[in-house]
Amino acid sequence: MTHAPQRPQDRPSLARYRFLIRQLVLRDFKTKYKRSVLGVLWSFLNPLLTMSIQYVVFSTLFRSDIPNFIIYLLSGIICFNFFSEATHLCLMSIVANASLIHKVYLPKYIYPFSRTLSSSINLLLSLAPLFLMLLLTRTPITLAILLLPFALLMLFCLSYGIGLLLATLMVFFRDTQFLWGVLSMLWMYLTPIFYPESIIPKNVLTVYKLNPLYHVLRFVRTVLMQGVSPEPKAYLYCLILCTAPLLLGLWIFRAKQDRFVLYV
Amino acid sequence: MITLNRVGLCYRMPKDKIQSMKEYLVALARGRLRYNSFFALSDVSFSVGRGEVLGIVGSNGAGKSTLLKVIAGILTPTSGELRVKGRVVPMLELGSGFDDDLTGRENIFLNGAILGYSEQFLRERFDEIVEFSGLYDFLDVPVRNYSSGMVMRLAFSIASMVEPDVLIVDEILAVGDARFQEKSYTRMLELMHRGTTVLLVSHDLGQIRRLCDRVLWLDGGRVRRIGDTQEVCDAYAKASSGK
Repeated sequence: MTHAPQRPQDRPSLARYRFLIRQLVLRDFKTKYKRSVLGVLWSFLNPLLTMSIQYVVFSTLFRSDIPNFIIYLLSGIICFNFFSEATHLCLMSIVANASLIHKVYLPKYIYPFSRTLSSSINLLLSLAPLFLMLLLTRTPITLAILLLPFALLMLFCLSYGIGLLLATLMVFFRDTQFLWGVLSMLWMYLTPIFYPESIIPKNVLTVYKLNPLYHVLRFVRTVLMQGVSPEPKAYLYCLILCTAPLLLGLWIFRAKQDRFVLYV
Repeated sequence: MITLNRVGLCYRMPKDKIQSMKEYLVALARGRLRYNSFFALSDVSFSVGRGEVLGIVGSNGAGKSTLLKVIAGILTPTSGELRVKGRVVPMLELGSGFDDDLTGRENIFLNGAILGYSEQFLRERFDEIVEFSGLYDFLDVPVRNYSSGMVMRLAFSIASMVEPDVLIVDEILAVGDARFQEKSYTRMLELMHRGTTVLLVSHDLGQIRRLCDRVLWLDGGRVRRIGDTQEVCDAYAKASSGK
């Protein structure tokens, strides 16, 4: 007689846990900068400094002939940094909250979700230097910029999806954290962050374009640098390639979440 | 309020501790993924009515804490049926939701949110929580600098501020110094009189006798006996002294 046992408080709606999620995000945000002198300023400074270094390196070393390279580079760095930070935070989210998972019943998706939200705040903050650079480089800002949220939402879905997968895997195999360190670096080089996509050989281009980040970046850059909406196909690519990992992540996380407490 | 129907919880423990992918693959390839079954709970059936105070006794490893965790929804039973109505507040290990880097004030909100309180409720009761804990002067100090007694006092003050439908208590009536213990004892009595259903695990039989309406005796994951407080306590005391 194996019935699906009913949980107490079986109404895991987002609204019900909104206050908790806000508190968790607030905690991440407060503790991140708690003992640093510059505090929140780091969210602005980090992408700016990374960009300066990479700009110097790549504009002198590679003699990149990408027009408006600063914007090209900065948009790439910001998006990838978010992806990298969110997935790394999600990866640890279940394991690091072991003490809570043992003591209180909460829907488990809350832990990676609040971490992805925390990273999103950093993403929004780091948009400030990007806009500053848009102004300084006199890149014309058009109405197309209103399409930016779509790309960021897709980026969020992708990161949360991958994060759910990693968090689940991490519970059962602690190797995941080291593996992901390497894999995410590989992913970075497979994404056109600081190089033009034209250097990719034609015969591998089809596989290369399976990278969801490629499509997100292309979308963001079209919107920012050309000031127009990408072609309809670009929306479709983003939508499919970003929500597929999300659905997969949700599915696997859901299937395994009841066993987390036995392993963390 | 709470109904358990033949609830069982079986741990499948791998015979060899496997924590890395390599070990897993090696074990899988050799066909050596063997498991030991361990029944932490089997065939547990009972029900608790509204406002009832049920004591749970049993020796170490009898499954008392596991049972509480199942009722709190932390562990999912592998067989049987469990029904719990209303809001459950578990007081299992106090202070586990605290963040050391945050101040006492910030932790009240964080911990309250974890326990499922609303923001409005917390704002209204904030002063009461602070007053009960007696930590007014330390509100803006990071919890990392609290003594363990202070952490417990704050945690108890937050957890006991609600009127939950079901309160789950695991050996925490011994929190803080004598004065605070008395205060927390009174608070528990108040909650019980207000019609909260309480599940209480304790090794202090005197406490169980004083507080509980009925007692459940767990032995090796099974219900050994359930019924009248004094009878079950007598039987349990006799059995454990006879060992």
